Amino acid sequence: MGAVIEVKNLVKAFGDLLAVDDLSFTVYEGDVYGFLGQNGAGKSTTIRMLLSLIRPDSGNITLLGKSLLTKRHAILRQIGAVIERPDLYKYLSAYENLSIFARMSGIKPVNRSLMDQLEQVGLAERAHSRVETYSQGMKQRLGIAVALIHDPRLVILDEPTNGLDPQGIADMRNLIIGLSRNLKKTVLVSSHLLSEIEQIATRMIIIDKGKKIVEGNVDELFHPGNNRVHLEVAEQEKAWQLLSESRWGQNLEREDNAQLALQMPPEDVPLLVQFLVKNEISILSVRKANTLEDYFLSLTAGKQHVAAFTN
Amino acid sequence: MLQLLQIELFKIFRRPRTYISFVAIGAIVMLILLAFYVDGANYMAFGLQSLTQSFEIQGNVLNGYLICFIILQTLLIHVPLLIALVAGDQVAGEANMGTLRLLITKPVSRTNLMLAKFFASAIYTMMLLVWMAFLALLLPVLIFGTGDLMILKSEEVVVLSKADVLWRYFAAFGFAAIAMTTVAALAFLLSIFAENSIGPIVSTMSVIIVFTILSTLDIPIFNAIKPFLFTTHMIGWKGFFDEPVSWQQVLQSAGILIIHIVGLVVASVIIFRKKDILS
Repeated sequence: MGAVIEVKNLVKAFGDLLAVDDLSFTVYEGDVYGFLGQNGAGKSTTIRMLLSLIRPDSGNITLLGKSLLTKRHAILRQIGAVIERPDLYKYLSAYENLSIFARMSGIKPVNRSLMDQLEQVGLAERAHSRVETYSQGMKQRLGIAVALIHDPRLVILDEPTNGLDPQGIADMRNLIIGLSRNLKKTVLVSSHLLSEIEQIATRMIIIDKGKKIVEGNVDELFHPGNNRVHLEVAEQEKAWQLLSESRWGQNLEREDNAQLALQMPPEDVPLLVQFLVKNEISILSVRKANTLEDYFLSLTAGKQHVAAFTN
Repeated sequence: MLQLLQIELFKIFRRPRTYISFVAIGAIVMLILLAFYVDGANYMAFGLQSLTQSFEIQGNVLNGYLICFIILQTLLIHVPLLIALVAGDQVAGEANMGTLRLLITKPVSRTNLMLAKFFASAIYTMMLLVWMAFLALLLPVLIFGTGDLMILKSEEVVVLSKADVLWRYFAAFGFAAIAMTTVAALAFLLSIFAENSIGPIVSTMSVIIVFTILSTLDIPIFNAIKPFLFTTHMIGWKGFFDEPVSWQQVLQSAGILIIHIVGLVVASVIIFRKKDILS
């Protein structure tokens, strides 16, 4: 698989603030690439540089095998993007917005293709309503339709779930997965929500203060053989003593609020439950930890990140 | 480029606020016409009071041509605000709506986008002036008829025969189009620096007010800069109502205004090409 995005030694400063600091990463054809970092980590600045909204101070950006500096037009013809909010012309209808951006993307808008596109995102019935009457979720879906109207190879979505309700978030997640699986698009999706990236991405990067912390396959980064499980029981002390003497005792930790934490393979969880029930320990809950969150914290060792990364 | 221009015009003329200017001009013209229709004779008698003591004036002095001249004097002072309302919104309005970043991610050059937006503003300006010409010239002529045009100036009275007036109005509107396009170019440039359209509109009007004051103040220290201020030349349309027409002065003013337009648009393009889009 070829590289669709190649970023090398990218630097951007706004005055004294170094927003992106010597950042390099590669996105391959077919990836759903998670671009992860807390608010202010430099995600949006990087994405804006990929889309030529912001000029880098130094570094190289190669998209779809071409340099962004010299082949901007050819590259942008093959990219669809939603950057932060899906802002469109509120005084125009969805159909008119789509028609405008289709023409700007270099394709001749045909009624049928526009309506098909609106149908795909579930807006055909409201095609001729003004966008100002749309809900946030509908605007987000229209933004996606605008991004896809010219059938791009690469789709860039900057915080696509921001402002959406739980149903909207689930719809967006399915849409991103569908873009990759059904339409074979390469997708770069940024988020500050670990759980989102964990559910949709195949590869990912974590950045902090404009610097890369880690990049790689999501499965490899999570170490699936070493999951962390949180256990809430009625009698913490009794459970602690029991488990300390069991085969899970070496990886046992005490937590607040009557909880215990264990490192164990997922297939061991039913055995653990059976063991506790057999020893008359009342189990209130068993929960797999947000492993990516734990992973991030282990990399940054920064407790201050917890709030930002908790869904 | 033509497609971009079509898109920009479509966006301008689909916005309700665009029509505020057309409605405002229509309302002002109608009010002036109503006032002259009801009370025009008294107004003229008062205005010509000093003249009729020495001269005998015959014929239809209160005619459509005179009313058009009065409307032009009144309206051309206020039209820049209506121009800035749209031209100042061209980039700043898009930044405010959040659509600017989407436009830039499309495969069009920033230069072409800027030129399309400016030409769309210029076309809007032309259409506003055509609308103004239609209302200010055609309606008064239909209601009050035609006649010789008598213009009272500070040191002379100019009387133009009715056969010699119409072309002067067309020329004056043509000149006004250049003057108002200069205002559009200024508002357009200022629009690049802002993220809402209030700033460029207020800034444009502030520049015009300050420059106009400098243009009209008869203080020696300002005399050296007056020829370079575009506001000095914006009233050049009045030259078409001199007898004979002061062609050299009119053409010089038009030339200076065109240089301003080109300079402002080139500056807009250069600045926008280097601008980071953070909105």
